[in-house]
Amino acid sequence: MSQRQVLRVFEQYQNARTQFVQMVAELATRPQNIETLQNAGVMSLLRTLLLDVVPTIQQTAALALGRLANYNDDLAEAVVKCDILPQLVYSLAEQNRFYKKAAAFVLRAVGKHSPQLAQAIVDCGALDTLVICLEDFDPGVKEAAAWALRYIARHNAELSQAVVDAGAVPLLVLCIQEPEIALKRIAASAFSDIAKHSPELAQAVVGAGAVAHLAQMILNPDAKLKHQILSALSQVSKHSVDLAEMVVEAEIFPVVLTCLKDKDEYVKKNASTLIREIAKHTPELSQLVVNTGGVAAMIDCIGSCKGNTRLPGIMMLGYVAAHSENLAMAVIISKGVPQLSVCLSEEPEDHIKAAAAWALGQIGRHTPEHARAVAVTNTLPVLLSLYMSTESSEDLQVKSKEAIKNILQKCTYLPALEPFLYGAPPNILKHVVGQFSKVLPHDSKARRLFVTSGGLKKVQEIRAEPGSVLQEYINSINNCYPEEIVRYYSPGYSDTLLQRVDSYQPLNN
Amino acid sequence: MATLARLQARSSTVGRQYYFRNSVVDPFRKKENDAAVKIQSCIYFYPRHLNRIVTIIQKWWRSFLGRKQYQLTVQVAYYTMMMNLYNAMAVRIQRRWRGYRVRKYLFNYYYLKEYLRVVSETNDAIREALEEFAEMKETEEKKANLEREEKKRDYQARKMHYLLSTKQIPGIYNSPFRKEPDPWELQLQKAKPLTHRRPKVKQKDSTSLTDWLACTSTRSFPRSEILPPINRKQCQGPFRDITEVLEQRYKPLEPTLRVAEPIDELKLAREELRREERLRNVNDNMFLPFSSYHKKEKYIPSMHLSSKYGPISYKFRSENPKKWICDKDFQTVLPSFELFSKYGKLYSKAGQIV
Repeated sequence: MSQRQVLRVFEQYQNARTQFVQMVAELATRPQNIETLQNAGVMSLLRTLLLDVVPTIQQTAALALGRLANYNDDLAEAVVKCDILPQLVYSLAEQNRFYKKAAAFVLRAVGKHSPQLAQAIVDCGALDTLVICLEDFDPGVKEAAAWALRYIARHNAELSQAVVDAGAVPLLVLCIQEPEIALKRIAASAFSDIAKHSPELAQAVVGAGAVAHLAQMILNPDAKLKHQILSALSQVSKHSVDLAEMVVEAEIFPVVLTCLKDKDEYVKKNASTLIREIAKHTPELSQLVVNTGGVAAMIDCIGSCKGNTRLPGIMMLGYVAAHSENLAMAVIISKGVPQLSVCLSEEPEDHIKAAAAWALGQIGRHTPEHARAVAVTNTLPVLLSLYMSTESSEDLQVKSKEAIKNILQKCTYLPALEPFLYGAPPNILKHVVGQFSKVLPHDSKARRLFVTSGGLKKVQEIRAEPGSVLQEYINSINNCYPEEIVRYYSPGYSDTLLQRVDSYQPLNN
Repeated sequence: MATLARLQARSSTVGRQYYFRNSVVDPFRKKENDAAVKIQSCIYFYPRHLNRIVTIIQKWWRSFLGRKQYQLTVQVAYYTMMMNLYNAMAVRIQRRWRGYRVRKYLFNYYYLKEYLRVVSETNDAIREALEEFAEMKETEEKKANLEREEKKRDYQARKMHYLLSTKQIPGIYNSPFRKEPDPWELQLQKAKPLTHRRPKVKQKDSTSLTDWLACTSTRSFPRSEILPPINRKQCQGPFRDITEVLEQRYKPLEPTLRVAEPIDELKLAREELRREERLRNVNDNMFLPFSSYHKKEKYIPSMHLSSKYGPISYKFRSENPKKWICDKDFQTVLPSFELFSKYGKLYSKAGQIV
């Protein structure tokens, strides 16, 4: 046999391998093929091909593995069980950039499913090599490594801590300064996933100087990058006052408000979340947000979107109003109350309604002036109907009841209170009558109005147990009026009058 | 007897004496009786007298006590009255002070009003600014859209340029039955006809794996190079035979002799020579000189090498221990260079790590 014939055998073998691996990788893109592939024992075959002498075959095998592992949990576990990870990790450090990308893709696909699988990757010592890949020259490799690290870190605090301990954070900070948008995005989301677990991890991110770089890129035109950055900043600032102050010191403030006007829903939502996380900590931070006009921008933002995007904004208004009465007043003069009541009546979802009810309660609970501002927008009947409705969730009922109570206890605006005399359950009626009993002794016009509008009659009809708080309130209302009036409006008075007619003996002169 | 005689002698005087004595006592008898009566009466009435006296004493004492009590009550009343007054005054002072303090330090209504006014102004400003910002974004986007449309239309016009009417034949956009031609006609007039597309030279870049990462496209594989087409039909016309053409087209490279030869031939030849020499070698041990003369000889270092300070320990870079911030080495992230990690451990003691 000639040399050529001998060589041809090898060539054929190599071609067959290449073709097989490519076909498998292509088939793995379709979900319907995956089961068949798995049953055919593709995993062990690919494992041997991962050690092939030809780099292209290795890469394609890794790619196919990644696609399989990406598909579901079981396959990812199969990849772990076949001891493929150590091989990958070993060769990750040595091979060319294409192989690195493919291997990082496999690690990412395995790690994304569950904490156990991510832990398996960490146990293989993949973190160190992935961190080395972050220093690679090729942006694609960096991106793949950052992505894998992100998916490992996002499960829980221990895994995040492992990623931080491997020294990934400073390198991710370098990555975020690269010109490639995709790399920036992944690095920002990696920060977000690392910082979300605990204050210490967030501190690690802040300590590496990530916040300044993130804050600089808020004005980037790319929407996806923007929303990742905002999410990272909000995850950092959610933990403690110090961290929130660090974020504020990066001078995000007037700039982040422009994101509230963005077209993209996620950008809006994450910007609202960021502002909420900052405002919730202390009155001073809330004051800062108010002074930069954040409340007005947020109210506009709430008005311009629907559904879950509104939620952080609504909560932010509640947090700001809860801190002090001046801040609540600032929310009121920024026309926040009408917007919230619109949310309360428009939104179909219960949890958003509950948030709006809570925020309204926080605004109205400070002084009679606040309560009046809430009451004039005709919000109280809506809250009452939500509380009374059987369809609303328990949380919503509790929140709206709290809100009604908070507002009623401060409310002296009687026209808003009066409808409550007619339709409210006893536990709320108590507060309403209590408010009347406090206001009426000092206000003659209101006393007159109370009689003419039929409020007094209604009060007489209330059945209260003697000695209860409600009865005391009713008595103090009755004391504001002459005896005859009270008797006139008491139920059954006409009967007594008629009886007197019956028993009356006409005088005969 | 004498006594009797004496007594008898006296008996006449006794009667007289008795009478005399009675008559002397008589005037005192009444007085004494009165005095006795008086004494008796005194003894009889003495307790009553005492009682009266006691009553008097009690009267005075009680009145004294009562006055004292009254005085005390009056004092208390006076004191309470004064306290009330003082309290009222104190409340007045406190009222003023508290009002002042709250206005000055805690809650200034006018300040709050001012603050709220400023906040609402800021709000308006921010709303305006954001509105402007959004508008700007929108116009930008609109502009970009328009430009894209324009480009598309231009391209369409260039593509459909052949529908332009000529002098002889009106095009479909220039109907002779209409008064004026379609605006599209004018567009076509302005457009430059599209040149023929050149067949794209397919890149045989088998390693273009840049879009691998997304791993979404099935087409993102390195494909094998194009093979020469087979089974092509004979073209019509006076052409040469297709196989002949293809043979010429895809004939393998025939390098000139100069190119075909490797450039490092000299090196290869030397390598070859060395290998042959080794093949012919009979003994692998090195040839050593017979005598051990040189072993006895004492080594005398040259003048340049000898120094009283000893050998210089070689360092790869200058070290300044003062500037070290910690006593540990840096963590190596890359695998260390094999030779360097062995340095000082294998070859000499001179370059020990400090």
